[in-house]
Amino acid sequence: MEEGTNTKFTYREVNEDLINFMTKTGPRYYIILAVVAASAVTLFFLPWAYQIYVGQGVTGLNAPVYWGVYLVNFVFWVGIAHAGTLISAMLYITKTPWRRAIARGAETMTLFAIVVVSLFVFAHMGRPWNLYWTLPYPSHRQLWTNFMSPIVFDVFAIGTYLTSSAIFLYFGMIPDLASLKHNATGWRKKLYTILSLGWRGTDKQWLVQARATMFFSSFIMPLVVSVHSVVSWDFALSIVPGYSKTIFAPYFVTGALLSGFAGVVLMLSVIRWSFPVFRKYITETHYDRMGMMIFFLSLVWSYLTAIEVLTGFYADNTFEWESIKYKILTTPSMQLFMLMIFSNTLLPLVLMVRKVRSCASSMSAVCSFVLVGMWLERYLIVPNALSRKFLPWMWRDYCPSWVEVSITAGAILFFVTMFMVSIKIFPLVSLFEVKEDAGIPMEKEGH
Amino acid sequence: MNDILKRIVERLRDYRVPGYYKKFDYHWTMVVDLDRCNGCEACVVACQAENNTPVVGEKECGKGRALNWIRIEKYVEGEYPNVKVKFIPIMCQQCDKAPCEIGCPVYATYHNQDGLNVQVYNRCVGTFTCATYCPYDVRRFNWFTYKREKPLDEQLNPDVTVREMGVMEKCTFCIQRIRVAKDRAKDEKRDIKDGEVIPACVQTCPTGALTFGDLNDPGSMVSKMVRDPRKYRMLEELNADPSVIYLKRVMEEGSGEGGDEEKS
Repeated sequence: MEEGTNTKFTYREVNEDLINFMTKTGPRYYIILAVVAASAVTLFFLPWAYQIYVGQGVTGLNAPVYWGVYLVNFVFWVGIAHAGTLISAMLYITKTPWRRAIARGAETMTLFAIVVVSLFVFAHMGRPWNLYWTLPYPSHRQLWTNFMSPIVFDVFAIGTYLTSSAIFLYFGMIPDLASLKHNATGWRKKLYTILSLGWRGTDKQWLVQARATMFFSSFIMPLVVSVHSVVSWDFALSIVPGYSKTIFAPYFVTGALLSGFAGVVLMLSVIRWSFPVFRKYITETHYDRMGMMIFFLSLVWSYLTAIEVLTGFYADNTFEWESIKYKILTTPSMQLFMLMIFSNTLLPLVLMVRKVRSCASSMSAVCSFVLVGMWLERYLIVPNALSRKFLPWMWRDYCPSWVEVSITAGAILFFVTMFMVSIKIFPLVSLFEVKEDAGIPMEKEGH
Repeated sequence: MNDILKRIVERLRDYRVPGYYKKFDYHWTMVVDLDRCNGCEACVVACQAENNTPVVGEKECGKGRALNWIRIEKYVEGEYPNVKVKFIPIMCQQCDKAPCEIGCPVYATYHNQDGLNVQVYNRCVGTFTCATYCPYDVRRFNWFTYKREKPLDEQLNPDVTVREMGVMEKCTFCIQRIRVAKDRAKDEKRDIKDGEVIPACVQTCPTGALTFGDLNDPGSMVSKMVRDPRKYRMLEELNADPSVIYLKRVMEEGSGEGGDEEKS
């Protein structure tokens, strides 16, 4: 309880801050939202429609390199989704106090990141309108899914993750919606009344709520590890030299948490910068603790990266060696590899200094680099390994086309659009958990 | 109780091998004699004509999107005048433990009772997983809806489907010819005789480098040929159990061709 208690605010203040933030929206916000939404449509949905109409040929994919930037983005966004679950579930169970103010934002981020993930599954497919064939549903023609396929594992992993994080997010929000409905008017009041499911805040309800949160947290916690392990098996279960590695599951999970934490820090910084009211809830303590996590994860990630390269080197397998040589010694990937090492291993070392950790702008800078580095990590695995498979005649390089670049950028904007709409409807900070920090009101003045 | 458990275990064990059959009706096998291949690419053209694979054009070919189901890999070694050129025709190896089959989420590619690795075009959703997992890089994708210019649409083979945009395809060992032969054999209540089924590439090869037949039949041509000490299977260490068997090219010591082994 050592952190967070330095913040002195009353229950009323918390409620009013949130409701004011949600209802009092200036024209500037709408203009920015409109611009972002329009760019998301232009950059994401229009090129995608073009791709569906014309064919996958508009991408830069070719014969050996069948998995390109779409799958890179798929893995990247699953990674972004991971910090939310870790913060809300794992840190809840370990009763880590600093999670409270930032948990809701991270959970929201998780949910929308998975929505983006599912969009990339569609964008990646040759015939996306047949996606439902990957679900096991009764069919009179006795068609069934192939449960040996890692892609089917993926469908289940992502499906489970999407449902459980949505339920978790909503469930944790019920007491907040109930307290907000008293301050809200109009359609908001109706919406919150319905969604709060008759929450009155009795002792029994709180008890049930606490138990259920504990249950959900324990239920969701294995997903932090399992979802990204399953994603890594898409690659690790194949026999392609750059893919078939037993280290991939922990490597991907660590990378996912690293990029996820970086994403959360960046998101918090943008919110703090745009809405100063949140500065009292999201404090330097949070930055400090998040910085510690990122520093630790970066060390683990660097260790696993070294292992990945070194085991390939020791194995002395010609195919594996060729794949490593292409990854770290050939021109376009070599520079990307250097940049990745710089931003994921070297730069996070500055987080050793407490001053750097607790400063919002320096943390945001480091985290931006980490995000770029983590995207590059996936890029250096997914299309790069396919460029150097077994038969030298079929070695071919890959370069993303404008459609892929545009969809990649558009996905970020689409995520921002969803986030911007959501934070105006649902509380961005968990009210009741922040109030827990403030202490019992009877002992204080000014309630 | 024990019996039931044993039955379940046995059944699961059967399913663990991607070719779910204990014994194939036929085990179609192609033998490629590399001593005879001179890299003329007649097989490539024959395959294109037989299987309705579209001609994608120069630009797309440059991007590596040529839709040929069989390709001749050419490896050049040494400097002029001591140049060695090696040709190796590569088509789908019809692996019995095919890596592509475990990848497909919807069973669009599976193993049939003839020991063939077949592709169901209509079931394909285009996740590219099979092509990614394939160590031989023989799978090809329909990147666009390919149009056939006016006289070319008349030459489509009526026995073979025309694939639509967004599906994966690959060498089928000319399954349409196998089907016809199987039907005829069934009507006459007999097995397919050796030499009754000939894929387009085998039929066309001018030097007779390709031989096709049933490996289950001990008297067939391929069964005799695989007893050759030159035989090897490509990337055998990956344990995919391919059905295409290569006969190593043997070069004379000291001649211009050099004496080392073929790439395997």
